Amino acid sequence: MDFAIRTEKLGRIYKIRGGKKSEPKSLTALQDVNLEIKRGELFGLLGPNGAGKTTLIKILTTLLAPTTGRAWVAGYDVVKEADKVRPRINMVSGGESSGYGLLTVRENLWMFAQFYGLSSSEANRRIRELLEIVGLSDRLNTKSSDLSTGLRQKMNIVRGFLTDPDVLFLDEPTLGLDVGASREVRRFIRKWVDEDETRTLLLTTHYMVEADELCDRVAIINQGRVLACDTPSALKRRLQQEAIYHIEVSPLNGRGVEIFESLPGVHKVVHRAHEGSTVLEFILAQDDALGQVLNAMTMSNIHILNLQKREPTLEDVFVDLVGRSMEEVEQSLSVDVKP
Amino acid sequence: MNEMAARAPGVRRVRKYRGWRLFLQTVVARAYPRVIGAQREKSWMFFDIFLPLLSVAAYVYVYRAIQAPEEYVGFVVVGGAMTAFWLNILWSMSSQLYWEKEQGNLALYIIAPNSMMAILLGMAVGGLFATLLRAVVIMVIGSWLFGVSYSVSSAWQLALVFLITMVALYGMGMMSASVYLLLSREAWHISNLAQEPVYLLSGFYFPIKNLGFWVSMAASIIPLTMGLDALRQLIFPSGAALGVLSVEVEIAILLVLSLVFLVSARWLLVYIERLAIREGRLTESRR
Repeated sequence: MDFAIRTEKLGRIYKIRGGKKSEPKSLTALQDVNLEIKRGELFGLLGPNGAGKTTLIKILTTLLAPTTGRAWVAGYDVVKEADKVRPRINMVSGGESSGYGLLTVRENLWMFAQFYGLSSSEANRRIRELLEIVGLSDRLNTKSSDLSTGLRQKMNIVRGFLTDPDVLFLDEPTLGLDVGASREVRRFIRKWVDEDETRTLLLTTHYMVEADELCDRVAIINQGRVLACDTPSALKRRLQQEAIYHIEVSPLNGRGVEIFESLPGVHKVVHRAHEGSTVLEFILAQDDALGQVLNAMTMSNIHILNLQKREPTLEDVFVDLVGRSMEEVEQSLSVDVKP
Repeated sequence: MNEMAARAPGVRRVRKYRGWRLFLQTVVARAYPRVIGAQREKSWMFFDIFLPLLSVAAYVYVYRAIQAPEEYVGFVVVGGAMTAFWLNILWSMSSQLYWEKEQGNLALYIIAPNSMMAILLGMAVGGLFATLLRAVVIMVIGSWLFGVSYSVSSAWQLALVFLITMVALYGMGMMSASVYLLLSREAWHISNLAQEPVYLLSGFYFPIKNLGFWVSMAASIIPLTMGLDALRQLIFPSGAALGVLSVEVEIAILLVLSLVFLVSARWLLVYIERLAIREGRLTESRR
């Protein structure tokens, strides 16, 4: 099989220097990651902030050495053959501030194109084409320091596609973009992969909808480990046997969800507090378990404001695998260490 | 990659140059922001011309007050012009890779197929171009204000000395850029620390001979020391008498320094890139 990206027991441990008196600590950012991404695939890495997605991208783009295991991109070892990997890849990160503010959009993009050996005429032709596609052609001669965050991100996205890489890494590409712009960018990403089977795209995101809508396959990653890897529909099918309910109730006022977790037939329950209400998401073994849940609510004097049964989403898959929602995982990261 | 794989009609892959063509393209592209920056950000006229001229004026008036030989005024003007290069090395070469890292550019430079030496060379060429303009302006205004006259004894030696001084100086900048990469925010303090003492040790405002032979020799590790001394010997009639070594010897020292700094820059860049990849120091701290 011809893989664009392959990793074998890939791991990365960061050494974090403490103060003068404290011992250095270790942080495991990635652990035993095995991935096989086919050529022509649009692959998504889905996980909360701090899950290890960016670390994995850094390793695959030759910016960081793995502590254990190996990885290959376009058939080349990312450590031993970095010079063969680099001409074949490019990377765009969400919210990056690359380039120079005093240069115009065209000049910044031209500069990066030169680093990949594109001729000036080819670079300028492609810059115009791509800016047109992302709706930025009227900003060709605007200084990049004068662009809004969203427009700047569009420029960054163009930079990634400009050099026509075999493998493109997009790390949270729609971060900072409004809904409309995100949709345009997603459409363009899909088209780019579809129009040439030699192109592969690895995208990291913590937006479930983005992964669901865009990716051929998705790996769910948390605490440096890949928990599941399949097509979005296959991942959701894992929960097909179960019943998923979205119940909005009166505020829990400090009461936890433990009263529901111990009920028979309740697999997982996560809650999100809103102003004036609390939203509870239940993954139940079967519909029959709902009766007991509603009983428990009545006994606890919790009023139901809204109840919906819905189809499983990737968020539910994540909750099923991790036991908590992505939002809860992000909130629980008391020490946010991102070397 | 199999190029025969399915491709939508009208889709063609982009041609990319490699080797020397890519190296040169990278140098030009990285020099570009510096050259353009000089035209778009006019604040340099105040900070890089007016302020150095104030320092020059202060020394000129001190020398005139103590009735020092008139050549000293010329020495100060030339030294004042050359400070532009030292400031450029400290703030726009040495610490540049660190700032590029914080800005997110360094990661993009590393993953691109170009040579990092080409990036550094581009920074140096762009910096040299922009700074040369500043130095010339300081020299012209300073000479006009204080009535300095020049008498070039050998034009080709003058051009050669200036050229090798710049090669050695920017070679040193390229070398220290790699080292600064590992220093994170301390880079700022090191640049601050190195700025003023070098004005003294390299004799920016007086003949270095006054510091004595051994101090002058120790200071010659900074290419501007020998460069300035040789330039002054070649453009002032009494320069030779005030020089610490003959111009020929100083040229030889500068050639050695150029070689050492450029080779060290190349070696350090490779070593530090590997180290930074191993330790995870190539990307900005916020990511």
